[in-house]
Amino acid sequence: MSDDKRSVPETGFDTLSLHGGQRPDPTTGARATPIYQSASFVFPDTDFAVGLFNIERAGHVYSRLSNPTNAVLEERIAALEGGVGAIATASGQAATHLAIATLCSAGDHIVASRSLYGGTHNLLDYTLPRFGIDTTFVDPRSPGQFKSAIKSNTKLLFGEILGNPGLEVLDIPTISELGHGAGLPLVVDSTFATPWLCKPIELGADLVIHSATKFLSGHGAIIGGLLVDGGTFDWRSSVRFPTLLEPYEGFHDLVFEEEFGPLAFLMRARKEGMRDFGACMAPTTAFYALMGLETLSLRMQRHVDNTRAIVRFLEEQNEVIQVIHPELPTHPDHELAKKLLPKGAGAVLCMVIKGGREAGRKFIESLSLISHLANIGDAKTLVIHPASTTHHRMSADALKAAGIDEGLIRISVGLEDVDDLKTDLKSALRRSQRS
Amino acid sequence: MRTIVNSQSVFFSTGTQQLRDNRPWVVFIHGAAMDHTVWTHPARFFARHGYNVVAPDLPGHGRSDGPLLSDVESLADWLHKVLTTLQCQQPLLIGHSMGSLIALECAARQDSDTQGVALLGPSMPMPVTEVLLDAAKDNDSAAYAMANFWSHSHQGKLGANANPGVWMFGSGYRLMNQCDKDVFHTDLNVCQNARLNLDSVTCPTLVLVGESDQMTPMRAGLSLAEQLPNPQIVQLPGSGHAMLNERPNEILDALRDFVFALALNP
Repeated sequence: MSDDKRSVPETGFDTLSLHGGQRPDPTTGARATPIYQSASFVFPDTDFAVGLFNIERAGHVYSRLSNPTNAVLEERIAALEGGVGAIATASGQAATHLAIATLCSAGDHIVASRSLYGGTHNLLDYTLPRFGIDTTFVDPRSPGQFKSAIKSNTKLLFGEILGNPGLEVLDIPTISELGHGAGLPLVVDSTFATPWLCKPIELGADLVIHSATKFLSGHGAIIGGLLVDGGTFDWRSSVRFPTLLEPYEGFHDLVFEEEFGPLAFLMRARKEGMRDFGACMAPTTAFYALMGLETLSLRMQRHVDNTRAIVRFLEEQNEVIQVIHPELPTHPDHELAKKLLPKGAGAVLCMVIKGGREAGRKFIESLSLISHLANIGDAKTLVIHPASTTHHRMSADALKAAGIDEGLIRISVGLEDVDDLKTDLKSALRRSQRS
Repeated sequence: MRTIVNSQSVFFSTGTQQLRDNRPWVVFIHGAAMDHTVWTHPARFFARHGYNVVAPDLPGHGRSDGPLLSDVESLADWLHKVLTTLQCQQPLLIGHSMGSLIALECAARQDSDTQGVALLGPSMPMPVTEVLLDAAKDNDSAAYAMANFWSHSHQGKLGANANPGVWMFGSGYRLMNQCDKDVFHTDLNVCQNARLNLDSVTCPTLVLVGESDQMTPMRAGLSLAEQLPNPQIVQLPGSGHAMLNERPNEILDALRDFVFALALNP
């Protein structure tokens, strides 16, 4: 039997980006996804209402729990990531919190890469310990450290597909295998990659988090998050997850893994997490995110093309000491990036310029076209200098300990004409070196 | 919950309700490479409405132990033993795909005093393509991909699920992919080789067919219905074979009306 005969046509990435989770509106025929700006939804009768609350019926009750516009976005990202479903949240941080709170309780433990977005680091290092959940941070380039940090109360492994600020590439296949061997899921923040560049679930991850604010939407107009359940993790074979394996008094002794199988995590996260924590996405936000998703592959390819051009350009500039991007052979994870991110290693790069903190400040303030702000993944090119902004209170030594050079600049490369970006960068680099 | 049949542990869902005396019984039988979780919505509905619900995992499926059973007669024997062990009387049997064959076989035997049979996506015979059988025989995950693809309608492949945020194409594949080795191939052979005597079926029947079903085409389901006495027929416009995912509310409405009309409403 040839492989060809066993192959089945798959709905393509771009088709799913445009159509996933949606059908033309059955009432109006609207082709675009309508914004169902409604807090709640009318029940046809009381028995149907009870059925919705008791998970006998499919439908919507209240927009904190689910919403028709959000549901389109949720299905679409799940389709693109290869998951079984997703939940749209108020922000990427809310998605991270939802994933953790669904699996962890007081007394539990997380093993996380130490190369994380600052907000996630704050959550894990400072805030969650107040609720009895502790984290051990490890070197993302040393998968063995993940394994050695696992304790009897560990509930999940966590990392970002591309770390911050070193753009470390997370070795998802190796770390997920280590985790699965210990009965632990791997949770990956894939904001920097989007499913166009990398599908973590196919590589072994179990849950995927996105800040929908970034490349997924691409317009920088919303704050939103997405949590995708791969449906891959074998909760039943692990003894670590009472929230999925034991009767839940908060839902009439329902055992989520028993009732929902591969949807167990997703259902618990929605039925408890959205109900009780309530960090839901606004339907208008979901609409804007859907508009962005429709052009994801086109935008990401342009992001990657522009990034490659800018990386080459910056390497040739005398004012630049170092360019950090996984596609460069000098990057420690270059080979891993080629394997896990074959279409491109993202559109965020870092560079270190001569002159330290003061030069960095001058460079930022000399830019004209490129925007100085705290975000990535916009269609417009964005830049930030940690030493003079987010990390301005830290001494040179403290910055060094955190892996941040005083002259380090992070650039999120946008979709502008690349020659205009080069002109702006060249001008600012020259001015940064003036006394 | 669990019981023991043939010295093997059998898992069955009850819709999160205890089984009680003097209640009517509704039994759900899943299809090939599936388990009880495909029945979560209707199981919980009938349990809340006062029925004793039994949705077992067939031997070697889901959480049930035991060797795989390779023909519909053996599966009907096994189900009869499960129901006898649970002291189930006069059950109403509801089966999807391969499960509909088991339900029909039980009804044809009349050994459990079956009150009625609801058949979702049935076909008799239930032929299976050679390429699917071969892939399943090799435990090639392509078998799941093929079956999942053919089980969903055009719209089903794009989503728009009534269950918020659930990507049914992905969840269907993932459920099948959890099967142990040889499960799917054994089940497909059960379907392929089933030959039932429909003349012996005398209880009330409901036949649900998906108008876009590629696995058990609507015409095959309607042809089967013609061989049953006074069947109720429900056609699901645009639905594929994965109708429990694609049309959960319409199916529950049809099952509710069928069961309640049999005066089995407790």
